Amino acid sequence: MVETEVRQTPRDTTAPALTDRDARVTVIKPAPRWPHLDLSELWHYRELLARLVWRDVAVRYKQTSIGITWAILQPFLTMVVFTFVFGRFANFPSKDLPYPIFTFSALLPWTYFASAVALSSVSIVSNRALVTKVYFPRVLLPLSAVVVPIADFLPAFLVLVALMFWYWVFPGIAILLAPLFLLMALAAALGVGLFFSALNVRYRDVPYVIPFLIQIWLYLSGVVYAIDALPEKWQWVLSLNPMTAVISGFQWGVVGTPAPELAKTLISVAATGLFVVIGLWFFRRSEPRFADTI
Amino acid sequence: MGTAISVEGLSKRYRIGELQGAYGTLRDSLSMSARRMLQRHHGQHEEEIWALRDISFDVHEGGVLGVIGRNGAGKSTLLKILTRITTPTSGRATIRGRVGSLLEVGTGFHPELTGRENVFLNGSVLGMKQREIQRKFSEIVEFAGVETFIDTPVKRYSSGMSVRLAFAVAAHLEPEILLVDEVLAVGDAEFQRRCLGRMEDMSDAGRTVLFVSHNMQAVTQLCDRALLLDHGQTVLDGPSNEVVAHYLQSGHGSGSSREWPDLAAAPGNDLVRLRSARVIQDDEVAGSVDVRRPVGIEIGFSVLRLGEPVLPKIKLYDRDGDVAFNALDTSPRWREPSEPGDYVTTAWIPGNLLNEGFTSVDVSIVSLGAPKLHPHAGAHDAVSFHVHDPGEGDSARGSFIGQVRGVVRPLLDWSSEER
Repeated sequence: MVETEVRQTPRDTTAPALTDRDARVTVIKPAPRWPHLDLSELWHYRELLARLVWRDVAVRYKQTSIGITWAILQPFLTMVVFTFVFGRFANFPSKDLPYPIFTFSALLPWTYFASAVALSSVSIVSNRALVTKVYFPRVLLPLSAVVVPIADFLPAFLVLVALMFWYWVFPGIAILLAPLFLLMALAAALGVGLFFSALNVRYRDVPYVIPFLIQIWLYLSGVVYAIDALPEKWQWVLSLNPMTAVISGFQWGVVGTPAPELAKTLISVAATGLFVVIGLWFFRRSEPRFADTI
Repeated sequence: MGTAISVEGLSKRYRIGELQGAYGTLRDSLSMSARRMLQRHHGQHEEEIWALRDISFDVHEGGVLGVIGRNGAGKSTLLKILTRITTPTSGRATIRGRVGSLLEVGTGFHPELTGRENVFLNGSVLGMKQREIQRKFSEIVEFAGVETFIDTPVKRYSSGMSVRLAFAVAAHLEPEILLVDEVLAVGDAEFQRRCLGRMEDMSDAGRTVLFVSHNMQAVTQLCDRALLLDHGQTVLDGPSNEVVAHYLQSGHGSGSSREWPDLAAAPGNDLVRLRSARVIQDDEVAGSVDVRRPVGIEIGFSVLRLGEPVLPKIKLYDRDGDVAFNALDTSPRWREPSEPGDYVTTAWIPGNLLNEGFTSVDVSIVSLGAPKLHPHAGAHDAVSFHVHDPGEGDSARGSFIGQVRGVVRPLLDWSSEER
């Protein structure tokens, strides 16, 4: 009798809020053959996702002494170089826009995509301490890594606005769709990041492959030249690359270039979906062995 | 009273490659599979080991279960599965209630972030809700005693401060089930004391505790029941004092004392056989030794015939299983062949040399040879002991309370002058 009292009292007083909300039953089983994504579990961990994003953004802006300037300088300087090399000397097609506007408005979603892919591809290995010590859905790591570079996108976007005033270029009503195209870039980066982050657990040379991949991808995405100046056949092939739709869609919305063709955009959307499904499948399949191999 | 942890037929298989950290490169892998395709060399069998094999047990609510066994018995694998860091190969475990473990102390601390930011980050990582952390925030900071530095980046903290802050967060998680791995916990005495203290508080408060340890005394004291694992299998499950006694007596576990009463079955050959091994401090067999005073490893062996000269040797491993050192008895008496008979020799390890934590000893009787020694009799993990630092300020750690890394931790003579 006395013993029960002693045992029960502290639990009830110290953790009153826990007992009903967190006293959930956990069943630990072998990894399923066909992995699926537990969305209710992801929802349960939403605060951790926000925390992880916040951590990376905070550390990014604390560590680099020039902080926010870097987020602006990188695409801006690239734009200047591209303008001289491709705009002036090579005279690449730019959808009748001033070349700086054309290339900068393409570089914004592109820079976001490139950093999202680079960050998420190493997200599991760079969080090794977490992965080997605590449980949480591992998907949160690549997921938070593709959200983080949005923090760099926003200040760079303000520079684009300034450039547009300078060249007197204005967006149309389609600007309302621009966020959707950015979401597509996020989804595509997530698909790629899921795949490579899982691969990186096994293979340590993955980080060397990524810059190379991004380099090639840049030239297939219509950042330095307008895709619609290519032969029709190649335009169809390139629409398998989600970034072609993201960039022409973003430019359509923000700097008022002609609307991208619906059919090609739909192909890109389907390709994005495929990226996510393949990435997620590969990730979930490799996940049970992360802590053992990392 | 309900069941807090229920484990049914839990098994975990590793491929040998995984254990050795087969963290290869994509390039190697691609060229290897290309070669394999060309050579049509199939059916190469990867070696596997079972880290856990068909483990079943229940822990009722408020129970305190100790898990013991020598290195590699599967204790840590069991904890990793129960904390969901890794998945089992087969079987299942059901856990009712929030799980916390002291192996995750400080996980996710980021040196660039301030103490405040790290409390929130670490709390989220451990599974606390935002509101819960806010509610407990001042309590956590006070417990850690870092009020004045709470908005300073953690990289400027002393390691003692960050350990205290990390521990404070973990201690306020208030899990219903606490999983503790003493072997993995950072090794300083102060911290281990806190871990043990926290465990006692928890079990007094009726929480369920699963305690993995090499410290037999602590297991007997704190746990009402214990589970003995060996090679991934359950050897014995029962009252902790019985299980600990069995472990120490049986050839299974290395305790601080070991005997091979049956000469014919003792490790060795027709020349020499081992008879006993003991860990000694202050003239007594000791499972836990004071880091400041010498420790003796006493080896008893029988020479069976006149043959080549033999000499005793010890090899020490630290808590990570890394070799701390090898030592041979180089005294002149072993330079000539020994007369048949029983011998006892003691190797004295000076005080203030070993680092804190679990230490395991191989003993063997060898002959000199080049380039290698010829082993005649040997016992891997023959005896083991725990090195602790009472923290009175006169050891190599001085008044530092953080983790001291390294295989050894010598107390050096420092000479300084002002110039």
